Amino acid sequence: MSNNHTPGAAITLVGCAKTFADGTRALEPLDLAIAPGETLVLLGPSGCGKTTTLRIIAGLESPDAGGKVLFDGADVTRLPIEKRNVGMVFQSYALFPNMSVVENVAYGLRVRGVAKAERLARAGEVLEMMRIDALADRRIDQLSGGQRQRVALARALAVRPRVILLDEPLTALDAALREHLRAEIDGLLRRLAITAIYVTHDQAEALALGDRIVVMRHGAIAQIGTPREIYFRPADDFVAGFVGVTNRLEGAVRGGRFETAAGALAVEAADRAAATLAFRPETAQLCVAAGSGLRFRVDQVHFQGARQRVLLSAADGSRIVLEAAAEVVLSAGDEVGIALDPSRIALV
Amino acid sequence: MTGPSAPPDRSLINTTHSQPFLPPAEAKAMPSADRLARLFLLPLGLFVLAFFLLPMVRLVAVAGAGPNGAWEYLALITNARHFGTLIATLVLSAATTAVTLAIGVVVALFLGRNRFPGQSALVAMLTLPLAFPGVVVGFMVILLAGRQGLIGGLTQQMGMGRLVFAYSMAGLLAGYVYFSLPRVLVTLLAAVEKLDPALEEAARSLGASRAQVLRDVILPGIAPSLMASGAIAFATAMGAFGTAFTLATRIDVLAMTIYTEFTLNANFASAAALSIALGLITWGVLAATRNLSGDRVAAAG
Repeated sequence: MSNNHTPGAAITLVGCAKTFADGTRALEPLDLAIAPGETLVLLGPSGCGKTTTLRIIAGLESPDAGGKVLFDGADVTRLPIEKRNVGMVFQSYALFPNMSVVENVAYGLRVRGVAKAERLARAGEVLEMMRIDALADRRIDQLSGGQRQRVALARALAVRPRVILLDEPLTALDAALREHLRAEIDGLLRRLAITAIYVTHDQAEALALGDRIVVMRHGAIAQIGTPREIYFRPADDFVAGFVGVTNRLEGAVRGGRFETAAGALAVEAADRAAATLAFRPETAQLCVAAGSGLRFRVDQVHFQGARQRVLLSAADGSRIVLEAAAEVVLSAGDEVGIALDPSRIALV
Repeated sequence: MTGPSAPPDRSLINTTHSQPFLPPAEAKAMPSADRLARLFLLPLGLFVLAFFLLPMVRLVAVAGAGPNGAWEYLALITNARHFGTLIATLVLSAATTAVTLAIGVVVALFLGRNRFPGQSALVAMLTLPLAFPGVVVGFMVILLAGRQGLIGGLTQQMGMGRLVFAYSMAGLLAGYVYFSLPRVLVTLLAAVEKLDPALEEAARSLGASRAQVLRDVILPGIAPSLMASGAIAFATAMGAFGTAFTLATRIDVLAMTIYTEFTLNANFASAAALSIALGLITWGVLAATRNLSGDRVAAAG
């Protein structure tokens, strides 16, 4: 272990399902390939199977018969967590209360039999990297939430794991600190080029951190993609609804045109009797001039300083939300048109 | 008790007990309550005198009034037979504590980590020994390991001769462990269930083996409960009498010696001195544990 960090492992899940003893199906058979050094975010509401997936990768749960977990191509399905060389960060941090900060960080090295001088030196390096070396001798109950989070991360990284697993690591913190630490974790994971799997129910965290996002629902994958793909081209209503605000217009496709109560729009799609057009509030351009494709009436305007949020309704009563530059003066009852960028809409 | 406002006897104990729990701020805001507190100092004093000081003073006086005078206080150390009894009692109590804690930890970890049908019934059954007096526990030990006992019958059938240990220190140990286990188990079970399972998972993720997890995470986590329940087991074993009396009169433990000194030998001074020593040792162990576990708790946060 002379190099400063072990290169991240490639992780593959093959047909991993999980049925608990009481018969609850937590996970449908799942296939997943994670590239070395990639940060993969498992996103979804509680009970969607994201934590179970993480625990199967960690070795804290074993998949149902037939499921396989591979680290760099080697089958580790039967290997318990203590032999997998993974780093894990828990929502509750799970710091050992009977040990000081530096003892916590050095613990993984201690149980590996690393000599005291070397393990203290290495723990010191990690503490320095996390900029908490001043806290080394503190007791855990003397730390703030953000400091505990850093210690938990330092402890997981000190053993130079092949993969780091983070289970809702920021959920217990307040919003401002959460955003700050999110940026810090992002920088750290990229600098170390370690494979990371990050579980969260917070779409903002997922979009900011992930190289790829796996959106999960009812124990199955709803969509895998880059944050942009997930955000701008959600695979279905569930993904669209879970990741940010989405507008949807019901209509039909005829002759390369999407026809709806608000008007018609050129699209590249085969004819369909029933289709839904989905787009994000900030992807639509507001055009006050008449004659654009889709026509709406302004219901409400919420001025927000730099931007304004405009609530619109079409002739058939279907409603959409969009964001407009603050300079455009609008009032309830105005007739407006919207223009949509064809690359940033989804027809489902 | 001639004061016109002297409270009726029945309320004495209740009020003296609840008084110290009044927060200071509240007591200040209510000067009448303050006056009331002073009024109840007298009944409190009488209560302490009657149930605490008087018997103790009498015990000390009786111990010092024998033919050996004040030397009797040291009888436990100077009398070789008494000293041997003290050592035997201490060893027996320490062994009871160790065995009870060892079994308690294993069972509490199992019950705290696993859920199975009939579990609550099993836990309820495990607390059954609390309902038996020492005599019954002794009787059960005889049924198990006595001359006609279950274990003896088994070992004889297996051709190893009849194993009988009911009438010795081993029998007494078995009885005490049986009696102490429920209390220890209930305390440890509560402590185990309060431990964050993520602590153990974190240690394992860092590469710790089961034994290392036990040593570094679980035992430190339940240390205050180990201390507290261990002290109770120790104190119970130090003073228990019924089981020893049922099993055999030739077992030399302090409680038995005290009994024989004042019933058979009519040596009140010796019995009183031994009683004081027994009380002081047990009280000392309880107090020391309380201090120690208090520090531990504070250190662990």
